[in-house]
Amino acid sequence: MSEAIARQIDPSQMKVSDEVAIQISQMNKWYGTFHVLRDINMTVNRGERIVICGPSGSGKSTLIRCINRLEEHQQGQIIVDGTELTSDLKNIDKVRSEVGMVFQHFNLFPHLTILENLTLAPIWVRKTPKAEAIEVAMHYLRKVKIPEQANKYPGQLSGGQQQRVAIARSLCMKPRIMLFDEPTSALDPEMIKEVLDTMIELAEEGMTMLCVTHEMGFAQAVANRVIFMDQGQIVEQNNPKEFFNNPQSDRTKLFLSQILGH
Amino acid sequence: MNTSTSTFVRTEMLPEQSPPLTEAGAVKWVRENLFSSVLNGILTVLGVAVVAYIIVGIAPWLSRSVWNAGSLSECRQIIAATWGEGVTGACWAVIRERWPQYLFGFYPSHLYWRPVLAFALLVVAVAPVLFDKLPRKMLWFSLVYPAVGFWLLWGGSVWVPVTALAGFAIGYAAAKLIQPVAGTILATIAAVLAPVLWWLFLAGPVADALHSIMPIALQGVRSREFGGFVLAFTIGFTGIAFSLPLGVMLALGRQSDMFIVNKLSVGFIEFIRGVPLITLLFTASLLLNYFLPPGTDFDIILRVIIMVVLFAAAYIAEVVRGGLAALPRGQYEAADALGLDYWKAQRLIIMPQALKISIPGIVSTFIGLFKDTTLVVFVGLLDPLKGITDAVRASTDWKGIYWEPYIFVGAIFFLFCFGMSRYSMYLESKLKTDHR
Repeated sequence: MSEAIARQIDPSQMKVSDEVAIQISQMNKWYGTFHVLRDINMTVNRGERIVICGPSGSGKSTLIRCINRLEEHQQGQIIVDGTELTSDLKNIDKVRSEVGMVFQHFNLFPHLTILENLTLAPIWVRKTPKAEAIEVAMHYLRKVKIPEQANKYPGQLSGGQQQRVAIARSLCMKPRIMLFDEPTSALDPEMIKEVLDTMIELAEEGMTMLCVTHEMGFAQAVANRVIFMDQGQIVEQNNPKEFFNNPQSDRTKLFLSQILGH
Repeated sequence: MNTSTSTFVRTEMLPEQSPPLTEAGAVKWVRENLFSSVLNGILTVLGVAVVAYIIVGIAPWLSRSVWNAGSLSECRQIIAATWGEGVTGACWAVIRERWPQYLFGFYPSHLYWRPVLAFALLVVAVAPVLFDKLPRKMLWFSLVYPAVGFWLLWGGSVWVPVTALAGFAIGYAAAKLIQPVAGTILATIAAVLAPVLWWLFLAGPVADALHSIMPIALQGVRSREFGGFVLAFTIGFTGIAFSLPLGVMLALGRQSDMFIVNKLSVGFIEFIRGVPLITLLFTASLLLNYFLPPGTDFDIILRVIIMVVLFAAAYIAEVVRGGLAALPRGQYEAADALGLDYWKAQRLIIMPQALKISIPGIVSTFIGLFKDTTLVVFVGLLDPLKGITDAVRASTDWKGIYWEPYIFVGAIFFLFCFGMSRYSMYLESKLKTDHR
């Protein structure tokens, strides 16, 4: 189990509303003839923190990439914040500006400074005045504890710092939902902690979070639900306590024994 | 195994040290760079010998330069009188005497101030594009410069360039009006279609009408009177200015998911790249007249410029496509995930990076375009290299002169191409942000 988690918070203490943030029903997706997501049904309430895990190739990244339509699904329904995802472009840009996404490889814009990375979308998508956008950006940079890097370029930062900038960049759009696609997988062990700390802080503030990760310590610390996927389908979901101590399916038991076994 | 080394605890971290100083000095440098082995030694000696041979061949000729003479025979007399019978020397007097012709071709001599002014304004218009430290407001002048330059060079009614410029405003207005009503795709089509219709059907009559109300005009100069470097710069700079945006659009078209846009772009690029420029120029000068309605006066320089722009744009499209392909997919995804639409993502995220990667290729294409302007001699225009030089050598005064005009024209081309090359290196280092 990861030793990266600095403090333990009690996930059950954090409040979850009844309001639905994401509703996925009978969703199917194919890559060519390969059936990558099969009959996905899932409801996420506002304020929920969900960790999605599973072996590689199980479709977990594809699933969260479908939620802001970086991937298109072919069957079923995805409703994000009351808007159904269809090929209507106006809907998609609206949904995307409400849903923040953090990538495995950060995907910061290397030709812009950190500050410009953070203010770009607020200025061009939200039409925020520049001075206000800078103020908001500095606020989030302080929050991820790297305000002094504002005028550097991404290439000059460490991986952990870059990922924290990427989180701050998403937050500058004031999203209602945050998606994390293996945010710590490309980081050195020393840097995983600083990114997880930022994510935990975010969880404590009640952000709706969907997180694909192998950091089981993080799952135990902040998740109120863990979803296990294999072969493109949801195999098991439960609260972290039950999920780790009392897994039901054989696939889950095998997976847990493999990643927690040493 | 020694147990005392298998457990080891460092008690003190080593301080950073400067690297060992290599021995300095010229002898060291020469030994390392010129004579590091027997083979390198031989090559160095051979290289020096070749350079020496060339210098010994050219230097005397250059040192016996004549700058003041009215004809080649006078030149030879001066050389014989100064340096003795039987020696050869450079006769630069031809450049001095035919200087206006090299610069302006057969442009009316009392109007020389117009191309000179146009060139001076060109420098002002290009400066803010090249150097971003200059005030951004200057870019407005860069935008209207094409119309100003056109009017100064060709003259005629001021309303022709004004109405031509108005086409762009009309396109912009059409896009702005239609965007909220009918979406981006229709707005883009309107932005292209409205100005084209304006230019084809309305711009002419409107310009005539405005001219009859308020006649402001310069003396007209016909395209056939253009020549020399005025012609080369007119074609070269217009070609450069218009081929870059067109090339970028073609590159985006080739990347597009839209079937028709994609196939049209691919077809256009492959066709243009598969045909020699001379073929396109001949098409411009000869064949186009057959297709156009009889009596259409379609300016020859304009036709040549269109062909040069299309030709360069096809190459630039491929260079830019290389830059686009080099960008990681994550950049597109991050832009999408932040809610940027296609054009904003292209303008703010994708193109700045793709164009930066493409700078060396784009500048190579520009340099090629600029040098290819000399090919217009094949459609009867007087380019500086062959057109003007042939005219000079056809005169009785300068019959038989050979090296000097070509060296001169070559040197001017080199100056500008080398300038472009250095600018591209400056730009690359300025845009370098991966300070690893």
